[in-house]
Amino acid sequence: MDNEQYTIPGITGVDVTLPIAGPGSRSYAFIIDWHIRVVLALAGLVAAMLIEFGSLRFHVDNGKRGLTPAFLVFLAPAIIYFFYHPVLELLMRGQSPGKRMAGVRVVTVNGGTPGIGAILIRNIFRLIDCLPMLYFVGLITALFSAQRVRIGDMAAGTLLVIDERVPSRYLARDALTAAEAAVDFTTLDLAEQILERWPALAVDRRDAIARALLRKALGSAEDPDALDDDALRARLATLSEQR
Amino acid sequence: MKSSAAAWVHARAPAWRELSSRIVELRRRRSISVDEALGAIEAYRNVARDLASARRLVPGTRTAAALETLFAQIHATIARHPSGGWAGLLSALRDDIPSVVRELAPRIFWMAALMCSSAAAGFCLIATYPHLISLIASEEMIQHVEEGKLWTDGLINVTPSSILSVRILSNNIVVALFAVCSGFLFGLGTFYLMLVNGLMLGATFAFVHQHGLAARLFEFIIAHGMVELSVICIAGAIGTAIADSLIRPTHATRRESFRVCVRRAAPLMALCAVLLVGAGLIEGFISPDPVFPLASRIAIGVSYWFLMVLTLGGWLLRPLRAAGAL
Repeated sequence: MDNEQYTIPGITGVDVTLPIAGPGSRSYAFIIDWHIRVVLALAGLVAAMLIEFGSLRFHVDNGKRGLTPAFLVFLAPAIIYFFYHPVLELLMRGQSPGKRMAGVRVVTVNGGTPGIGAILIRNIFRLIDCLPMLYFVGLITALFSAQRVRIGDMAAGTLLVIDERVPSRYLARDALTAAEAAVDFTTLDLAEQILERWPALAVDRRDAIARALLRKALGSAEDPDALDDDALRARLATLSEQR
Repeated sequence: MKSSAAAWVHARAPAWRELSSRIVELRRRRSISVDEALGAIEAYRNVARDLASARRLVPGTRTAAALETLFAQIHATIARHPSGGWAGLLSALRDDIPSVVRELAPRIFWMAALMCSSAAAGFCLIATYPHLISLIASEEMIQHVEEGKLWTDGLINVTPSSILSVRILSNNIVVALFAVCSGFLFGLGTFYLMLVNGLMLGATFAFVHQHGLAARLFEFIIAHGMVELSVICIAGAIGTAIADSLIRPTHATRRESFRVCVRRAAPLMALCAVLLVGAGLIEGFISPDPVFPLASRIAIGVSYWFLMVLTLGGWLLRPLRAAGAL
């Protein structure tokens, strides 16, 4: 489900493709955010009580007008609890700490960063999405709607996409000689991917893949069958450095 | 082909790396200069061209994936919604909100009529069958009234005004927003809310009237109630407009129609929330306070209601516009 793509026709004729975040990523991000929000609100409450009353005992000042201490004590946690999502999504350009940890981001249907209006609308409609409890309506809507959006997203014209963070080294190509350029680019890319997964692969499996790859990349110039596990890894590393 | 693909990537890589760090910087900033914006558009075109080549020459590689990400990031930067700031707020108050209110005027009228009718029905119901008040009011509230006291008496001595205000205004805002949002259920939620609110209001008045307390309840609600009930009717009107956008879509799809309707009504929803904050403060600080006589309560209620009408109609900013300040 997380592999679904959302395609936006680009003005240059080249489409922008964004991987859609499914209900799983959405729920994961929400659960993280919920915990952060509750902890922050409780911390705010404790801090405010210590500042106002000097202890964790609550005093109601009945009959007092104006901004009473009791009011101020509840203000901080209430603000944290209710404004957590809209404020952070606005400041973090479509993300919240939970969304960042889950690797997802809110974007508009045009692929842009949502503005204050869109963020407020998608958060106000949580009133409907959270019905009857535990975000049941939102979850069901996200399961069955196109682009896996909840009602708030439909109203705001937003969707949740996977915020892919590809290391900038994948854009790097520095030391490329004429001889190295003769090696298939895709093969070099594969060599790097195998090296990254090397510790997770079974020894016989990774050796077989490495030998097949080296044979494809280098042809008859070298005999990879003569190399042991460590040597194969070192040779792949040398090869991938050519990228 | 093999060597040309690698050579092409090699040739273009420095430009991508430079652009990658520039885009991170641009995304972080709230506003950018015209030159930077034009530079970003030029970069967008270049990356689009490179991405098209990468999709053909090196498909499935992580360099192609990195380019896809870079392209999406530049796209997000270029397609970013412009920040309206104070100009946006003034424009919403001057043009957007009055225009939406004019469009919603018939719905607001019908929502007010619905609420009045249900209030009348509630009044008649309790006037005819007084024992049914137990379905609407709490045991404690009934006991208070039967003892000749209003449940609002001494409220200010029980809960501090500030806490009372916040509790009331947050509750009212949730009710109003719920009336708007439940329009998504093809208006059923909105109609239910309006009917129930009207019914409870009428029934409560009938009940206190039977015990000779109607005048005192009127005295309690007049300062905040005019705006509060008006805003609930406006929220109901927005809810029915949302329902209408789903039942009779005005755009290619229901989802698009729904989105456009909500976006159009959003500034009005925000203003309603602000008005309810004001009403909540009045209800917490003024309505339960016996210091304020009926005349001043009526003056506050009517003045606040007129302020609401002037704001909704865009008349509040008209003198400023005439003076050339806007």
